Amino acid sequence: MNDNSVAGGLILNEKMLWERGKKGRSGFSLPKRDVKECLLDHELTGSGSGPDLPDLSEIDVIRHFTRLSTWNFGIDTGLYPLGSCTMKYNPKTNERQAALTGLAGSHPLLPSDFSQGALELMFKLEQFLAEITGLDAATLQPGAGAHGELSGMLMINAWHKAKGSPRSKIIIPDTAHGTNPASAALCGFTPVHILSNEKGILSSEDVAAVMDDDTAGIMVTNPNTLGLFEENIVQITELVHAKGGLVYCDGANLNAVMGIVDMKRIGIDIMHLNLHKTFSTPHGGGGPGSGPVCVTKMLEPFLPVPRVIKKGGKYILSEEFPNSIGRLLAFHGHFSVLVKAYSYILSMGAEGLKKASSLAVLNANYIKEKLKDLFHLQFDRPCMHEVVFSDHKQEQNKISTLDIAKRLMDFGFHPPTIYFPLVVKGAIMIEPTETESKDDIDSFIAAMRTIAHEADNDPEILRQAPSKCKVKRMDETTAARKPQLCG
Amino acid sequence: MRYLPHTEEEIAAMLDLVGVKRLDDLFSSIPDNCRKKSLNLPDAMTEWELNLHMDSLAESMAGPPAYKVFLGAGRYDHFIPASVTHLLNRSEFVTAYTPYQPEMSQGTLQAIYEYQTLAARLMGVDLATASHYDGATALAEALLMAVRKTKKNKIAVSGLIHPAWLDVVNTYFAPGDCEIIRLPWTKEGRTDLSVIEKREDLAAVAIQSPNFFGCIEDLKAAGKKIDAIKALVIVSFTEALAYGLLKSPGNCGADIVCGEGQSLGLPQAFGGPGLGMLGSRSEFMRLLPGRLVGRTKDIDGMPGFVLTLATREQHIRREKATSNICSNNSLCALAAVIYMASLGGTGIRQLAQLNHDKAQYLKTELKKAGFNIPYSSPVFNEFVVEFQPDFKKIYDRLLEKKIIAGLNIEPYFPELPGRYLLCVTETITKKDMDALIKEVQL
Repeated sequence: MNDNSVAGGLILNEKMLWERGKKGRSGFSLPKRDVKECLLDHELTGSGSGPDLPDLSEIDVIRHFTRLSTWNFGIDTGLYPLGSCTMKYNPKTNERQAALTGLAGSHPLLPSDFSQGALELMFKLEQFLAEITGLDAATLQPGAGAHGELSGMLMINAWHKAKGSPRSKIIIPDTAHGTNPASAALCGFTPVHILSNEKGILSSEDVAAVMDDDTAGIMVTNPNTLGLFEENIVQITELVHAKGGLVYCDGANLNAVMGIVDMKRIGIDIMHLNLHKTFSTPHGGGGPGSGPVCVTKMLEPFLPVPRVIKKGGKYILSEEFPNSIGRLLAFHGHFSVLVKAYSYILSMGAEGLKKASSLAVLNANYIKEKLKDLFHLQFDRPCMHEVVFSDHKQEQNKISTLDIAKRLMDFGFHPPTIYFPLVVKGAIMIEPTETESKDDIDSFIAAMRTIAHEADNDPEILRQAPSKCKVKRMDETTAARKPQLCG
Repeated sequence: MRYLPHTEEEIAAMLDLVGVKRLDDLFSSIPDNCRKKSLNLPDAMTEWELNLHMDSLAESMAGPPAYKVFLGAGRYDHFIPASVTHLLNRSEFVTAYTPYQPEMSQGTLQAIYEYQTLAARLMGVDLATASHYDGATALAEALLMAVRKTKKNKIAVSGLIHPAWLDVVNTYFAPGDCEIIRLPWTKEGRTDLSVIEKREDLAAVAIQSPNFFGCIEDLKAAGKKIDAIKALVIVSFTEALAYGLLKSPGNCGADIVCGEGQSLGLPQAFGGPGLGMLGSRSEFMRLLPGRLVGRTKDIDGMPGFVLTLATREQHIRREKATSNICSNNSLCALAAVIYMASLGGTGIRQLAQLNHDKAQYLKTELKKAGFNIPYSSPVFNEFVVEFQPDFKKIYDRLLEKKIIAGLNIEPYFPELPGRYLLCVTETITKKDMDALIKEVQL
């Protein structure tokens, strides 16, 4: 790995969009005018010149954004082992299906007789997701994982209220995702924090110590953000239920356990999924995602409306669920993301999904074994789909996790998630996913080993990294102190 | 399975290194009573089987060009240039994630910074966020901002905000103790602000323009009335293209502006994803929810971009964060900036004018044909018409002729039977409109 396998690349400079424009250009063919012009009152339209957007030709726009795209790293570019984000390959057929004119061009308020295809797809996808989790019913409406968490919290709140005994607290372990406490707080709950034990998982005693009659439930991530399966989950869910609470599971890490764990059997009442993680729909530079929520029969009446139901052999959207928490988006969810997840499930089938989880776990354990002699592993136990190292061994040379991450870029890899979970100081959280081949993983391992060697022998090269990207290390402090958010 | 690259030999070698015999042994930490026995899912389809299946689902949908669809109400059929779709499909954009590592994400970061800039200019505000799930959630977040800023727990929202958006606001506010007051409307089809006079207990007043009846609100006058009671002025919109023509909400005095940006280069896609746009005056910067991209320099002094002001976010402040938003609709924001760049200031003005003129033509011709146009306020590209109370029969006959004659608003406003919201964009021709006018008169 001494010769860096990735070349410097062809990086073209590019001005800001508005520095390219010239008044009078256009990249759009305006439809022919077949009606006469009819001016609105000046009071409503203002000066008459339109908003201050730059005028560009089509080739200006194409060159500008094509150049920008080449400064980006995506999963199609290379290995992107961002822990807890499940950056797996996004099959191209999914894009084809979502772009079909009938689906992409359809209006959400079409009469149901004229939108049977979309409704059937949503109805079946709900069933598939319920089957994969082991739960009974699902909503596809939440627009992202955190939006799913919020809907789950709203349902827990509504369920307790419907029983006539509202509760005010939610237990959240330190191995939860960062959005969990924020989602609970947004819903009016006070988060009660508990720590994972020396094995990196929750102990039922610690949960029992805080679970009381005013606690609405617990929000667990399973597998947790250390990449470990919560082995005491059944005891924990039993004791939360015994005290009248509900169990919410953050399903962001479902990629480890598809077809392997039955969420209902282990006592989960509500769980959100991230279609943009587990179900191979692209993350799109930060969204759109999609965060469906699956629930047990008991909580089904609280799901958001509208819901797709089947009546007289036809699919319709129904709002007739009086206990529903209401509506979460203007329409029916991030439909085109749903199309991609549906296509993925049909492409994989039951065996394929289970195999995907198995290989995701195999890849993570393989990396763990291959790197644990050089990088500190706080919890050296069989992991699920991700493994969390730290910079503990490199610290002696004043090399931090950030330096390691930045140096990985020079070898052509996207860095793992860093400084998360907070439980591990200087965390380096690696999630390879199942779509990475042994060859690609071996190259990554080789790069990590080279970096560990450099940290001992040539630490300055890490501190100066990255050296081959469009820009060098960015000054994030000034960006926050003197924010410049608009050009 | 074609997405899984491992050969049997590789799996065996890797299992050996890990120290287990079979793939199932990797799950030894999962107790037996947690296991799922099997998955009841259809057999895996080949790629061409999937194509056939999806084609059949898509073919059951009514949509342009086969159908002439006069539906708007929050989702609009606008022409999308091939260049927009082409750029948006570049896999460096599509398959990337949140730009946590700026050095490897300058493309997304600069594009979003450019989106923030153009979105702010369109809305007439100092700052815009890097996007939200949709316009309805942006409105809910805007109202939460106002409550946090003013520490008052009453808000007033126009009854002519899209009914589904009002539902979303109610969902977000259900657990708290904030009171939501719904404002009535005038006979001209604009929000009636007379009821808020002297109410100094309101955190904010939110109005939508063009509103659900398609009417353009007099934002300047409304802003003055709301300012007078020291409440924040929130303006929302479902049709972003309207601001290619109309004076921007920010220029009319709005403190916070939020809306749906689907019209800016995104397909209707059965309602999602859309683009939640949110912007404000600069004094609200640290209260804005969601993501922001800022301009900065690298260690060599070269300009570049990073995610910034992260201290407002849940990664750091957890339960004290300004919102729980983690992912946003970044790719949709990218579509919007490419679309806005393709039209330019001149083009967007012309296109918006054409949308207005077409709707005006249909409105005038329906009036000539004897139908009542109940609201006299000016409109952008949609409006309410009063057909006969038994219009449903005619509506169904038109469906057979592949015309979808707008949205019956009675389910949302039971007191208004026979009223339909019709929308006309640049994709509807005069010929299409003449056919509709002829058919509704039969």
